[in-house]
Amino acid sequence: MKKDYSLWSLFTKGLKHNEGWDPAWRSADPKPSYNVVIVGAGGHGLATAYYLAKEHGVRDIAVIEKGYLGGGNTARNTTIVRSNYLWDEATMLYEHALKLWEGLTEDLNFNVMFSQRGVFNLGHTLQDMRDIERRVNANVLNGIDAQMLDTAEVKRMIPILNTSKNARYPVLGASYQPRAGVARHDAVAWGFARAASKYGVDIVENCEVIGMDLAGGRIQGLQTSRGFIRAERVGCVASGHSSVLAKMAGIRLPIDSHPLQAFVSESMKPVLDTIVMSNAVHGYASQSDKGELVIGAGIDHYTSYTQRGSPHIIEHTAAAIIELFPIFSRVRMNRQWGGIVDTTPDACPIISKTKVKGLYFNCGWGTGGFKATPGSGNVFAHTIAKDDPHPLNKAFSLDRFSTGHLIDEHGAAAVAH
Amino acid sequence: MFVLFCPHCQEKREEEEFGYGGEAFRVRPSTPDTVDDETWGDYLFMRSNPKGWNWELWSHATGCRKFFVVKRNTATNAIAGSWTLAEGRKVYDAEGGAQ
Repeated sequence: MKKDYSLWSLFTKGLKHNEGWDPAWRSADPKPSYNVVIVGAGGHGLATAYYLAKEHGVRDIAVIEKGYLGGGNTARNTTIVRSNYLWDEATMLYEHALKLWEGLTEDLNFNVMFSQRGVFNLGHTLQDMRDIERRVNANVLNGIDAQMLDTAEVKRMIPILNTSKNARYPVLGASYQPRAGVARHDAVAWGFARAASKYGVDIVENCEVIGMDLAGGRIQGLQTSRGFIRAERVGCVASGHSSVLAKMAGIRLPIDSHPLQAFVSESMKPVLDTIVMSNAVHGYASQSDKGELVIGAGIDHYTSYTQRGSPHIIEHTAAAIIELFPIFSRVRMNRQWGGIVDTTPDACPIISKTKVKGLYFNCGWGTGGFKATPGSGNVFAHTIAKDDPHPLNKAFSLDRFSTGHLIDEHGAAAVAH
Repeated sequence: MFVLFCPHCQEKREEEEFGYGGEAFRVRPSTPDTVDDETWGDYLFMRSNPKGWNWELWSHATGCRKFFVVKRNTATNAIAGSWTLAEGRKVYDAEGGAQ
């Protein structure tokens, strides 16, 4: 059992020039068989393993990953956490996650640097403002901290925002969720890996699934690049590659994989102490603790697995950010990257059993999965352990695409998911 | 960013001129009133979303505004060719459909 991090351990290790820190988590070789195998060692997959071990007492768990830990979308998102969605089902799911975020650093004994700096969703047209008001009212009815702000209030809180009436798309107001925030995305993967490792979870990297063995309508195990792994239950949490995995089991998913791009600027002194999103002009920005502006773009419209998108998408988003913040017009951009997001027709996730017994899917988070990381892992662990969905993810089953009970969150999600 | 060939205009143009139309040659159930919910849901929502060669629809949105089909590799963005719907269908069938 690894020792907890504490002020004392920081002090004593500091006296020894910070040598002698143990590795935070254990990279394992695969055993021939497990009770539960999770496919995908990103935030959601590791969180699933952690809550399976912690809350459901499952001990024989592996998390297998085709690349390296947290190397997919966990490391590629813009780290925004919020829960101001429109419909009850989605709001409750994301709020469950937000509540877990609020205690996550203590729970994992790993600083995930969760900083609740609030999020503004700007409105630029009368219809925007009506939609925002409707969403804020829905949030308040669900107990979410949401407020309507007018232009003067937005300007008071974000002085560098261009609120001129002469702007191409003038800011008419915003919704504001004070409890929203950002977190350190790598730390989330490392923290969950460390905490899961403590419970004996095997984290197996460089282990790609190349086939699934099924018999009698039941999952038997996984063919991987590191040999066959027998498993009683398999949970797939592979974001953009979910369709590829589902095909191995003969399942079709309502998912399109699109590139989603983001970019960061050079480090600057603190200038933006909150998160600003605008669906109308297609851009969102926050400033990281390192001082970089973290800017997210929209998805490329074509499907792709390339982890890179087209430059005109970035150009469009950069134009939007400069429209909102003219002060950023000469900021130099440092890095740009793309991830593959798994979008669904209703912009809501799928956390579900499948027609194959013992095979579960957690996917379809599209452009906004990071915010749900602990909540997603928590309810998915319940779904796998009990072979029955948690009340919070019952509505997010795969069968909603035949019953027609979709949860349309395009308004709350859209570009700025 | 890639360059697409519009078989109607007989021109190579940048991707920005085009709109993506999704998976090509999906078959609508011929009797929507009588098929069960699973079949209809499958047609409406489910996608093959392959990693590799994909037959897809594009429209020349800022050009002739007509639809055509493209065979593109979603893992590399390599493009095998573009055809009008009728011509593309012949090539698609000759290949034995989507792989």
